[in-house]
Amino acid sequence: MAELSYPLSDTGRGEIGTATGKAVSDITLDAVLAGEVGPADLAVDSETLRLQATFAEESGNRQLAENLRRGAELVAFSDDELLRFYEMLRPGRSSADELQSLAGTLAERGAERCASLVREARAAYVRRGLIA
Amino acid sequence: MRVEDEASARSAFFSTRPISRDNLVPEDPALGLVAFSSPFDPEPSLRIEDGRVVELDGTPEADFDILDEFIARHGIDLAVAEEAMALETVEFARMIVDPAVPRREVTRLAGGMTPAKIAATLALLTPVEILQSMQKMRVRRTPSIQAHVTNRVDHPLLIAADAAAAVALGFRELETTVPVLRDAPSNALALLIGGQVAAVGALTQCSVEERTELELGLRGLTTYAETVSVYGTEQIFVDGDDTPWSKAFLASCYASRGLKMRFTSGSGAEVLMGASEGKSMLYLEARCIAVTRAAGAQGVQNGGIDGVNVTASVPDGMREVIAENLCVMLHDLESCTGNDTLMSASDIRRTAHTFPLLLAGTDFLFSGFGSIPAYDNAFGPSNMNAEDLDDYLVVQRDWGFEGGLRWCDDSELLPVRRRAAEACRAVFEELGLAEFTDEDVDACVRAHGSLDVPVLPADLPGTASERIMEGGITAVEAVRALAELGYEVEAERVLEMIRQRLLGDILQTSAILDEDLNVLSSLTDPNDYAGPGTGYRMSPARRTEVARVRQVWSASDLAAEQALSEGCIDLTETGPAPRGERPDEVVVGLSPAFAEEIWGALNGMTVAEVLRQVLAGVEEEGLEARLVRVLRSIDLGYIGWTAAQLSGSRVSVGLQAKGTALIHRADLPPLANLELFSIAPRVTAELYRGLGRNAARYAKGLAPEPLLLPESSEPLGPRYHARVVQLVAIERRLTRDAAPVELEASWPS
Repeated sequence: MAELSYPLSDTGRGEIGTATGKAVSDITLDAVLAGEVGPADLAVDSETLRLQATFAEESGNRQLAENLRRGAELVAFSDDELLRFYEMLRPGRSSADELQSLAGTLAERGAERCASLVREARAAYVRRGLIA
Repeated sequence: MRVEDEASARSAFFSTRPISRDNLVPEDPALGLVAFSSPFDPEPSLRIEDGRVVELDGTPEADFDILDEFIARHGIDLAVAEEAMALETVEFARMIVDPAVPRREVTRLAGGMTPAKIAATLALLTPVEILQSMQKMRVRRTPSIQAHVTNRVDHPLLIAADAAAAVALGFRELETTVPVLRDAPSNALALLIGGQVAAVGALTQCSVEERTELELGLRGLTTYAETVSVYGTEQIFVDGDDTPWSKAFLASCYASRGLKMRFTSGSGAEVLMGASEGKSMLYLEARCIAVTRAAGAQGVQNGGIDGVNVTASVPDGMREVIAENLCVMLHDLESCTGNDTLMSASDIRRTAHTFPLLLAGTDFLFSGFGSIPAYDNAFGPSNMNAEDLDDYLVVQRDWGFEGGLRWCDDSELLPVRRRAAEACRAVFEELGLAEFTDEDVDACVRAHGSLDVPVLPADLPGTASERIMEGGITAVEAVRALAELGYEVEAERVLEMIRQRLLGDILQTSAILDEDLNVLSSLTDPNDYAGPGTGYRMSPARRTEVARVRQVWSASDLAAEQALSEGCIDLTETGPAPRGERPDEVVVGLSPAFAEEIWGALNGMTVAEVLRQVLAGVEEEGLEARLVRVLRSIDLGYIGWTAAQLSGSRVSVGLQAKGTALIHRADLPPLANLELFSIAPRVTAELYRGLGRNAARYAKGLAPEPLLLPESSEPLGPRYHARVVQLVAIERRLTRDAAPVELEASWPS
């Protein structure tokens, strides 16, 4: 997969997959009509996001790459979880301990970059009086 | 009371002008009412110790607010910071403008600069320098344009039909929103379907709160988002219930769903909310954009968003607006240049806001051109709306800039509107979301806006939305329904949008899909402007497309118009025109094409009626008219002079087929005259009759009656000159080197 080049719509339809292991090229009208495409096939694969991150980095935008890598970490989380975490990161919502614990949760589930972002937020919130 | 104690008539007139409804304010840095360079702006500075920023724009690390801290940790390329900050501000300003300096070099240096440094640089640029810079600095070579597609009542079929029309017109991103939050899923689904009818690949979004946006995205009902707001001071950021970290996390949430996303900022918000810290608008916006880059968003919509009226109220405000757009480009981010808020009651002023950006070209010229009537825009009227579309297209044609749009006539628009409304109806009915009537469809196909369609049950969009959410409806269900009901092409296109989200190409900077599904982004379509002959240029095919607008008046249109009056009079040649001896005759000289190939004059009268009025006028004064055709010239002076030489009274009338007319006399030079109606479109039947009378009065040695054209300030050139050119060409073609001929007229009954 590392040999794929941008844009993946030209080079990666056979390789880029969905969360259920299908390739993008398998997402056909026939497959939809046969009931073989479900909601799980709508989620972008974290490997795809990491691949796009390398393209972003190569084009000189390391922040976009970092964002895509954080996104890759978050693919596995449900909407409800993401929105709860987001809510916790709003100003004045969480104590320092709660943010520490959020970072722990994220790290445990493989979202180390996101965890690091939360730890950094925690320090800044404490210093600027933005904790609950 | 003295005259001087009252307002002059001119002042009273000015108070009625639309511009008088715009309120401007004096500059006041303490309140943040200053566009550039507030005395409270910090001096640019950057200190780095052991690979860590310890001072940013005069603030030591211990005093960093949340924006400073986030920018210091993520937003500055420390590898180039020293070199970049050491660069003289004016030197960097020149590099930005100079086409010979590659944009890559400019973005590399900007990456190592602080917000104050960049704001100070941009403050040095004139408007034209900013525009010249944009031409080079925008990310994507090919400019594009986004549409607002909304209506007052969240009518799904109207959304679908308007989305199809928007794509037919050339819009590549479609943004909807809702007056009523619970209607969002219904709007998103209708937009998704309608947006893929005229062509494949338009990106769609439904601007609502984050939870719904994420959910709609995960279900494949939208492909991008752009209403993630950031602000330039800590106070306003927190008042907005966010921090740079919460927004960065949210950005990653969108990425995790494969959604293209850009942040929203734009000056004026901090002033409006009373916490600008006395900083200039551009400096605060430079901070917003630095935060955006630091958070890893691929782009920004700014410059003429909600706060534009505040920015516009101060001196240099509109220069600030384009400077903040350029600031986005310096950070190598997608620039979606606002223009989505009606910024003035004055048409001249609001056009002046948008027009410079059209010339320069940006990634998205609008973050929402209102593709629907202003009254239907649920975001509030955009700076340009459906009402302005023809004006936009003509100006695009005039200047040859890439405005992203093309004209479609009804024969092109109505079929896609019908297809979209019917496809949307089919999906909504198949999925059990809502029922519609044939009348609903027909009305949406033809509608200008929601006032033209039958009222829906008030809860229809809301109920449909609940069913979408509770039924777990995703884009896959829409694809299946489309395919099963005979909309295979649309099914395949909506499915392709699902695939595109899985492929993730649209996550790269400035990515759009063209109508052939090519990804145009920073990677595949990088702006390579480096001076004349480089960068984006319209293809010949595109130029032809741009040239085609509703107002083009072609030879075939003229022929059709002339055909309506063909045969209104018969003029028969009876032989060479002799010189007359009778002092009681007035010779009327006609041009070569008069009632030969030209049958209608510019004022809408037939040539028969024009001639009848002139002859009647001569007759009213008791004289006789004789008709001759002058063949050697199309010049009215020469025609009239030639007729005067043949006239027994030495007085003549000259008439061109388009209706221009004069009175001539044999002793005058050919290009002189006694009276002239040069503005043919405004001559009335009564005036032609008066001209005939006056010619006769000159012949009798009497004083003429004064003939005055009706008062009007309508510009006649733009309205008639295309016709004039074609009519003159016909006259020219029919000239020949022959003596004048006598004519006999008969009026078919």
